[in-house]
Amino acid sequence: MSSRLTITNLIEEIAADHNKTLKPLSDDLVLLESGLDSLCFAILVARLEDKLGIDPFSASEEAYFPVTLGDFIRSYDHAVAA
Amino acid sequence: MPSQPEPRPLVARLGQRLAERSLSDASRTVTLAAMAGGTILGGRAGDLAGRSVLIATATQLAAAMALVELDGLARRILLAPPDLAAEHRAAVIEDAGIDAVATDDPDAWRALGVGTVLVPDVPPVPAPRPDRPPVATEWLMLTSGTTGRPKIVAHTLDALTGAIGGDAPSAAAAPVWATFYDIRRYGGLQILLRALIAGGSLVLSAPGEDLAEHIARLVRCGVTHISGTPSHWRKALMSSAIGAFRPGYVRLSGEIADQAVLDGLRQTFPDASIGHAYASTEAGVGFAVDDGLEGFPAHYVGRPGPVEMKVVDGVLHIRSRRAALGYVGDGASALMDADGFVDTGDMVEQRGDRFHFVGRRGGIINVGGLKVHPEEVEAAINRHPLVRMSRVKARKSPITGSIVVADVVLTRPADPSEVAGLKAEILAGCRETLPGHKIPALIAIVPAIEVAPSGKLVRNVA
Repeated sequence: MSSRLTITNLIEEIAADHNKTLKPLSDDLVLLESGLDSLCFAILVARLEDKLGIDPFSASEEAYFPVTLGDFIRSYDHAVAA
Repeated sequence: MPSQPEPRPLVARLGQRLAERSLSDASRTVTLAAMAGGTILGGRAGDLAGRSVLIATATQLAAAMALVELDGLARRILLAPPDLAAEHRAAVIEDAGIDAVATDDPDAWRALGVGTVLVPDVPPVPAPRPDRPPVATEWLMLTSGTTGRPKIVAHTLDALTGAIGGDAPSAAAAPVWATFYDIRRYGGLQILLRALIAGGSLVLSAPGEDLAEHIARLVRCGVTHISGTPSHWRKALMSSAIGAFRPGYVRLSGEIADQAVLDGLRQTFPDASIGHAYASTEAGVGFAVDDGLEGFPAHYVGRPGPVEMKVVDGVLHIRSRRAALGYVGDGASALMDADGFVDTGDMVEQRGDRFHFVGRRGGIINVGGLKVHPEEVEAAINRHPLVRMSRVKARKSPITGSIVVADVVLTRPADPSEVAGLKAEILAGCRETLPGHKIPALIAIVPAIEVAPSGKLVRNVA
């Protein structure tokens, strides 16, 4: 499964669990406006670490926070490739 | 000043029928009559009169015999738990002012500059008790804290036995007690003292004994009364041997008894009295609850009596004649506040007419600034019928600092195809009672969860 599909599936699952209404998951969707709160993102990052074996945000030396969903997916693709 | 009543040593409180009552472990049985009329110290108890004696024996049976022999003679007795780390021995000797060690392993102690008295691991040898006026021996115990220099707590025998009370031996058969605890911890010592001074016998646990064999031995010995932590009991309920065990009284203490473990015990032991007790090494036995429900009635807080309780900032404080005298050692902190209340560190929450324990003050997980007690999440997870036990812990998160994750042990092996559905069911159950930040972000199904020698879940507090 591509990281994109893994990520979007998980986002939908977490949103449903937490009764959040999601905006359409396009690459230019700003994460803070997606409908998920920071707890949902924390859960997303933890579940992705278990599925993909990576946490690009804790692994990187400098603090990096993706702004859009596209940035978010690319940080995983980048970490997988690295 | 009123004169102090003469202390009554443990050996004088053993009561009647000593030849019929006993302490036993996996390999030996010693009657109380043999204990009361003999020595395990090679007849050298007199040499230890007025001394501060550390009891460090391989077996609980030898430690119990040394206790009976030394109470009323020694100034202090310190019960070394079996897992006292070698690197802490010198500190314990210094803090407690120990000047003699009663041990079956003298080589381990001689290098520390204290005299030793050999405890031969044999039945007691008949010997007269040294003819000396009894003293009020201080009983020293180590708290079950996990790391660092152990804290030493001083008790009196009167405080330790304060919850045992009236104890006219009942007309019914003498109770045969057992405990999953080691008797060198507060919870286990309570059961030893109960058996000794309230007309019973005691079947001790044995290190390394397989749980099914242990339970089978309890059945063979006719155990009627038994205590352990909720973690002990969750493990016991998973044992194939439990079906043959029919105790009349089942007691839980040392950890939060949630509704799931109380219900599990009720199903397994439909005819037993089941009670959960609140006690700590420092505060002593607080109270016991026997209505089968988790938590305790709200009116216990604020009522007068031998045990008074108040809740300060969500933390239970207890003032009690059963509390310890204090911590022992240089620089030891105060155990009580100016009014005599012990801060237990146990957090409670009132729901309706009941208080519920929610966790330890030091164990809180911080999820993006919101507090989570692992124990309250475990209680919610444990309600699922296929969950036997769980452990909730923090996992670092780059976004919220920490998130909540859970390890879960099921009551039976799960087929890989049903795991996802089970996890979803467990989470759905949590969502019924817990807000979002308390719901585990991840659940791992694991074969076992580590239980410490104290009988409590191993928690690695970050």
